[in-house]
Amino acid sequence: MILDGLQSVGRTTLDVFSKFGRAHLFLLHTLAGVPSLFVRWRLVVSEVYSLGVLSLTIILVSGLFVGMVLGLQGYNTLVNFNATEMLGVVVSLSLLRELGPVLTALLFAGRAGSALTAEIGLMKATEQLSAMEMMAVNPYKRVIAPRFIGGLIAMPLLAGIFSAIGILGGHLVVVELLQVDAGAYWSQMQDTVELFDDIGNGMIKAAVFGVVVTWIAVFEGYDCIPTSEGVSRATTRTVVNASLATLGIDFILTALMFSDV
Amino acid sequence: MTTPANDILVRARGLTFKRGNRYIFNNIDLDIQRGKITAIMGPSGTGKTTLLRLIGKQLKPHGGSIEIDGQALAKLSTRELYALRKRMGMLFQNGALLTDLNVYENVAFPLREHTRLPESIIRHLVLMKLQAVGLRGARDLSPSELSGGMARRVALARALVLDPMMMMYDEPFTGQDPISLGVLVRLIRSMNDALSLTSIIVSHDIQETSSIADYIYILSDGCVVGQGTPEQLKQTDSAWVKQFLNAESDGPVPFHFAAPDYRADLLGG
Repeated sequence: MILDGLQSVGRTTLDVFSKFGRAHLFLLHTLAGVPSLFVRWRLVVSEVYSLGVLSLTIILVSGLFVGMVLGLQGYNTLVNFNATEMLGVVVSLSLLRELGPVLTALLFAGRAGSALTAEIGLMKATEQLSAMEMMAVNPYKRVIAPRFIGGLIAMPLLAGIFSAIGILGGHLVVVELLQVDAGAYWSQMQDTVELFDDIGNGMIKAAVFGVVVTWIAVFEGYDCIPTSEGVSRATTRTVVNASLATLGIDFILTALMFSDV
Repeated sequence: MTTPANDILVRARGLTFKRGNRYIFNNIDLDIQRGKITAIMGPSGTGKTTLLRLIGKQLKPHGGSIEIDGQALAKLSTRELYALRKRMGMLFQNGALLTDLNVYENVAFPLREHTRLPESIIRHLVLMKLQAVGLRGARDLSPSELSGGMARRVALARALVLDPMMMMYDEPFTGQDPISLGVLVRLIRSMNDALSLTSIIVSHDIQETSSIADYIYILSDGCVVGQGTPEQLKQTDSAWVKQFLNAESDGPVPFHFAAPDYRADLLGG
């Protein structure tokens, strides 16, 4: 009984480590395929379209509502202290530093990451990747690298759009609905938000999340068991692992960027 | 087989491949003759497809060697391997067309990847290959709009577009209606002769395969259990080969998977 338990712990640990190893080798192969994208830049553009542009609806709607809710919740608290003119700061800093990058990464993992995994997994299951290899075309260069770089480019752009539309959503509620002075909303924001410390760090976060989420998504697709069940499991793993990784890394990045300890 | 060495395109010696502890190939020798159609036959699960993957070096053998056109596969660098693969065409079981490209772009894919030909020449080459498989009119369709037989024919056109020296067919006849089947059988034979190819067909469709094959290997349990021209195999007295060619359900290949004694099993529950 104890031996069985030990065995399963050992097996799981080995599996996790070997998967980690495979994921890093995979990343190396992918990065080695990146230079070839200078010739195949059209592939990257089409991936930015399918990963970025096609995710715009969910990003715009979510950003707008998150901004509106932030405004509303902030108002309910700050009105007690007669500090509603600070709402612009509350909404913009929350979005730029945290919610923009993190929520975009979570939505990106669900919308684009799962699609990436399923697409690559199905290409594997239907032998399209094998066929490419047999046609002397390296799938890392033709399939993986363009998607990886496409995700890397799309993610910070989406995070920026999320924060921008969120701030507009906050404006809609705070200024238009709750009649807080528009000048206060914008000028307090302009005074407080720093280009590098807030917007820059937020963008760095978004870029890091972009790397991690896209890496997990393309790796899970490439590494999946090539059956219907294998692809469906890999897709689930992408969303779960990418979300957990995003939240974990966010904590570390926040501690490094914003804590004065 | 008494064939001069330079007539052999693919030479496997002592080929051994294992999955877990099970031998898929146990020290087998194979020769594929240049310009001929060689069929690899055997029951499902005997590693016929694995053999094609070994020849394409998508898998590495655990022992033995494979030489293609005098080049030892094990010694090839990635660059040399890719150069060799450009001279090999492979038709996958389901066609393996790229689903994000239409028929025309699928056939043009190897040309676009490996050559810098002007668009007008690519168009000519693609249309010629599509004409050869009878699907010139289907150039604008997407792979999801094709029937299984059509998909395989498009894949055949794609595999031939770089004018390879050899073609490998992985179960080309499985799941085909009689008309598509006849078309494919004729295409494989005529392409082989017209383009001076060397073809390897992996299949368990006895009638169709023996109608076009020049030489047949029959594999079972990791070994070559029979080989020869279709006529020679019909005359054989090997029980294995007879069971396989005559599609008998029981014989050296048992109908039952290994199990404990039936009576004891029933009473034991």
